[in-house]
Amino acid sequence: MEIKTLALVVVLAPLVGALVSGLFCRMIPRWLAAGAAITGVAMAFIASLPVFQAIQGGESFNFPLYTWLSTGDFQFQVGFLLDSLTATLMLVVTFVSLMVHIYTLGYMRDDPGYNRFFCYLSLFTFSMLMLVMANNFMQLFFGWEAVGLVSYLLIGFWYTRPTAIAASLKAFLLNRVGDFGFLLCIGLVLASFGSLDYATVFARTAWVQGALLPGTDWSLITVICICLFVGAMGKSAQAPLHAWLPDSMEGPTPISALIHAATMVTAGIFMVARMSPLFELSTTVLAFIMFIGAITALFMGFLGIIQNDIKRVIAYSTLSQLGYMTVALGASAYSAAIFHLMTHAFFKALLFLAAGSVIIGMRHDQDMRRMGGLKKYMPFTHWTCLIGTLALIGAPFFSGFYSKDAIIEVVSLSTIPGSGFAYFALLAGVVVTAFYSFRLYFLVFHGKERFGKAHTEHGRDSHADHDEHHGLAAGETPRESPRVVTLPLIALAIPSVLIGFFTLAPLLVGDFFDGVIYVDDAAHGAMAAFAAEFHGAGTMTLHALNSPAFWLAASGVALAWFFYLKRPDIPAALQRRFSGLHAVLEQKYFIDRIYETVFAGGARLIGRGLWRGVDVAIIDSLAVNGAARVIGWGAALLRRLQTGYVHHYAFTMIIGLAVFIGLWVSFPLLFGMGMQEWWWRWIYAR
Amino acid sequence: MSSYPLLSLAIWIPVAAGFAVLATGADRNATLARRLALAGALLGFLVTLPLYAYFDVTSSAMQFEEIHAWIPHFSARYHLGVDGISLLFILLNSFVTLLVVLAGWRVIENRVAQYHAAFLIMSGLMNGIFSALDGLLFYVFFEASLIPLYLIIGVWGGPRRVYAAIKFFLYTLLGSLLFLVAILYLFIRSGSFVILDWHVLPLALHEQIWLFVAFLLAFAVKVPMFPLHTWLPDAHVEAPTGGSVVLAAIALKLGAYGFVRFSLPITPDAAHELAGLMIVLSLIAVLYIGLIALAQTDMKKLVAYSSISHMGFVTLGFFLFSAMSIEGALAQMISHGFVSAAMFLCIGVLYDRMHSRQIADYGGVAQTMPKFAALFVLFAMANAGLPATSGFVGEFMVILAAVESSFWIAAAAASTLIIGAAYTLWMVKRVIFGAVANDAVRALADINRREFFILALLALCVLGMGLYPQAFTKVMHVSVNDLLQHLVLKKY
Repeated sequence: MEIKTLALVVVLAPLVGALVSGLFCRMIPRWLAAGAAITGVAMAFIASLPVFQAIQGGESFNFPLYTWLSTGDFQFQVGFLLDSLTATLMLVVTFVSLMVHIYTLGYMRDDPGYNRFFCYLSLFTFSMLMLVMANNFMQLFFGWEAVGLVSYLLIGFWYTRPTAIAASLKAFLLNRVGDFGFLLCIGLVLASFGSLDYATVFARTAWVQGALLPGTDWSLITVICICLFVGAMGKSAQAPLHAWLPDSMEGPTPISALIHAATMVTAGIFMVARMSPLFELSTTVLAFIMFIGAITALFMGFLGIIQNDIKRVIAYSTLSQLGYMTVALGASAYSAAIFHLMTHAFFKALLFLAAGSVIIGMRHDQDMRRMGGLKKYMPFTHWTCLIGTLALIGAPFFSGFYSKDAIIEVVSLSTIPGSGFAYFALLAGVVVTAFYSFRLYFLVFHGKERFGKAHTEHGRDSHADHDEHHGLAAGETPRESPRVVTLPLIALAIPSVLIGFFTLAPLLVGDFFDGVIYVDDAAHGAMAAFAAEFHGAGTMTLHALNSPAFWLAASGVALAWFFYLKRPDIPAALQRRFSGLHAVLEQKYFIDRIYETVFAGGARLIGRGLWRGVDVAIIDSLAVNGAARVIGWGAALLRRLQTGYVHHYAFTMIIGLAVFIGLWVSFPLLFGMGMQEWWWRWIYAR
Repeated sequence: MSSYPLLSLAIWIPVAAGFAVLATGADRNATLARRLALAGALLGFLVTLPLYAYFDVTSSAMQFEEIHAWIPHFSARYHLGVDGISLLFILLNSFVTLLVVLAGWRVIENRVAQYHAAFLIMSGLMNGIFSALDGLLFYVFFEASLIPLYLIIGVWGGPRRVYAAIKFFLYTLLGSLLFLVAILYLFIRSGSFVILDWHVLPLALHEQIWLFVAFLLAFAVKVPMFPLHTWLPDAHVEAPTGGSVVLAAIALKLGAYGFVRFSLPITPDAAHELAGLMIVLSLIAVLYIGLIALAQTDMKKLVAYSSISHMGFVTLGFFLFSAMSIEGALAQMISHGFVSAAMFLCIGVLYDRMHSRQIADYGGVAQTMPKFAALFVLFAMANAGLPATSGFVGEFMVILAAVESSFWIAAAAASTLIIGAAYTLWMVKRVIFGAVANDAVRALADINRREFFILALLALCVLGMGLYPQAFTKVMHVSVNDLLQHLVLKKY
């Protein structure tokens, strides 16, 4: 098949699936809705394979589909760019999406919104593919907003829960703050380069060298890249626009795996890598990116330590890992960021789906304090979850090891301002990641069995409060999930182990991304230095014992073992001892509180103030109704003259006549001309 | 095709149908009145379709022109014609009239014939505004169209309808009197009422400024622009659903249309002089009105303020003087016609069932009205300017064009991305989602086939324009370029 047809199949098959299951969601049976959605995504995955084949050897395809809009001198087209970066993402997105679709058959089995859920899932896949396959900024923005929309719909999927709909609104608005920057960037790109097509823009980067933003003394390219990165911060949940991602866990678990871990949240990372020819022009922005990423990687990790909701722990680990990718972008190691994006997509989707499996086993109880010892009851879930956890903490041989170690290595070689801090933050992050990941693992799968007790008090993070049936009944034990759930876990566990080892060399030091990702080696040489030291994935694995990251991770695991299996009394004691620190973490550094009171509350307050104070009081009451009132008073005064007595009118008329005749006669004497002539002169005078 | 007087048909078919409906008289003939009204609206819409099909997109000249003597003494003529700027509004107007007749089908029970007649006559008169090329004719249509809307609000409106109707009438009349003075002055200066002659009439700068201000007052009230906007929330709240739809979808466009037909080409130098003021007023509309919308507790008021905020993009686009910005402004006008009509129809659907517009009275509507909820969320997203909906197109173009003139103007305008989403989706959250709020919501019935048809039709328009805006903008290009030619030439 022709490449264009393939690309269309990849994009349109999920859309058709979404339309079938969505438009007829109340008419068709469940198997048909699920079947349509799964067929669509499966077709997209299968059609992505030959596309990936076709781009091997540095080929790329760039073609328009139709002209969306033409105006003035500009043409906005819808079209596709298929190159190594796009094709990699296409495979990751369609594969993970397919697994999540299959998993959903089991996870959502009893949900009344089954068909609707499949519609959203496929719609998301379509939007995400439009995002990664776009060949211009406009279409990228379309995909960008479309995934945001589906994310909004899916976070609020259980729309009767107040927490879910609040979280969905928050996610949409915080993303919109990022989109605000993105849209301004698109405007600046169009104004500076005269086009929105990637190819044209990247060919014209020389146009903005040394240019300033009109009316300021800021470098134009820096402003463009900052705006662009603000967009990435919204979607990829970088501090301080991260606050929506933990709350997004209100959505069903398959969504947390697909959207809020594997694909959508990495859109920002993808976008920066895609725009590498622009970002390479501004070291300032790269330093800024690295700083934001480092902050996110470390400080969001801390929050993972104190969470009791199994999904929230993984959510904070996602934030932290996104921080790692962002740091890599800041170090100009775009390929390392994409590499970590890919490995992370597999193992994080795996972790979320495993957590989902635990949640099914626990009858929709998500509080880890009521789990423990599940290893015995859920063997498949346990082993796959362990694989995901090992990959996450970067244990040697697992895919996460290669991608995370590569990033840490590159950052240590980077010369960009702030790379020292970033290096420290990433290393500290390794301990934290290992600690909270194994805390989760031990609390859930090992130790004392804490489930099955009739519980009266709920954990404060538990948002299952609104479910009518949740938690295991007294004496009940968890059961392993059905195959439709465990098979996707196994399918995701395989790449979580293997993919790092096999793709490390071609992706990072090979020519896979040649001509797609651009790095100015002279200015930002970290990646080149990394390539020079690189001696193959095998050697890297053997050298793991010499790397600080390995020992830090190991100590994190040991610490978790000591705290949660050996001496479970210690964490509680520490919590009491450092109650102030714990409160700060519990309150998530007070960022949510600030957003709610200062921004949301402030805007409402200002709105109400302007409405009551200016619109109603000044404009309407004073000016508009005031004018009416003044006319009313005037009329009331004049009405007094209308006495109804003929002699009053006659008297007024005589006076008026006298005045007028007096003027008529005296005018030539006063002005030297007749009244009429004076009048015309006055009118035409300048 | 051009041999048929299509524009006259577009004007007079609805008016004639309106009088025919009126003739059915009392409410015992209501069924006949409704059917006649539907037939008239449908026919009125159908005759506008050839206008689009046979429109020559390569010509900036007026097309489908009709010229007849009218008042020879003042050389005022019955002169009609459309260009790429006015064409789409005639189609939009006739389309919306069709929807309004359908929307009032079962809902209006009192004075049915008079209600439908008022809408039909208003529709014809508004087509007259968009196609008149004679200044006096334009003015007659402009003023005459006030009367049916005044009656609609005053007769079929809510409890404070009389206050709202008088406020609406006086506000608009005040502006249009100055407009009359302006066109009389232009007549004296040029000896002609032909608007196209005025486009090439040389005028000194101070003359232009006076004319511009007179035009501004007339049109700014209609748009409405800050600070002349306070009549709109009142009018919307008190108007029946159909009145709100026409008010938002069409009547507001009259003011904006006035800017492109009169202010920009007749007084271009004044427009350049005062562009800063206009841009500031437009940005106030976007920001200040957006924040006020956030504080509303009445759904209709919220959408009314959101309308004003969206119209800010229209005036902003006009006064950035580039092809993209003006076409963006026109696209925004069309899109706002669809989206605001849909929003008011949705609120009407709820109001018909609950007799409340207060957001606090709702909650969890999605559970009892799933079909309605899906459509409402779609329109809300269009209102928030999501790509692939029509709401995105105009805002996108205007913001992009704004960056070319100033980054800060663009940044202020782009804040609508956040504020617009905030007030729209916060309302959606409180009305549509959540647990069922009370027994009244629990008893709600989902939309019936007629309501579904109306909203689905609008949904198709919203998505169609979002996915292929070229179909709408391609007719504008040549006329907008022609307008830009007028704008760059000095007139004195």
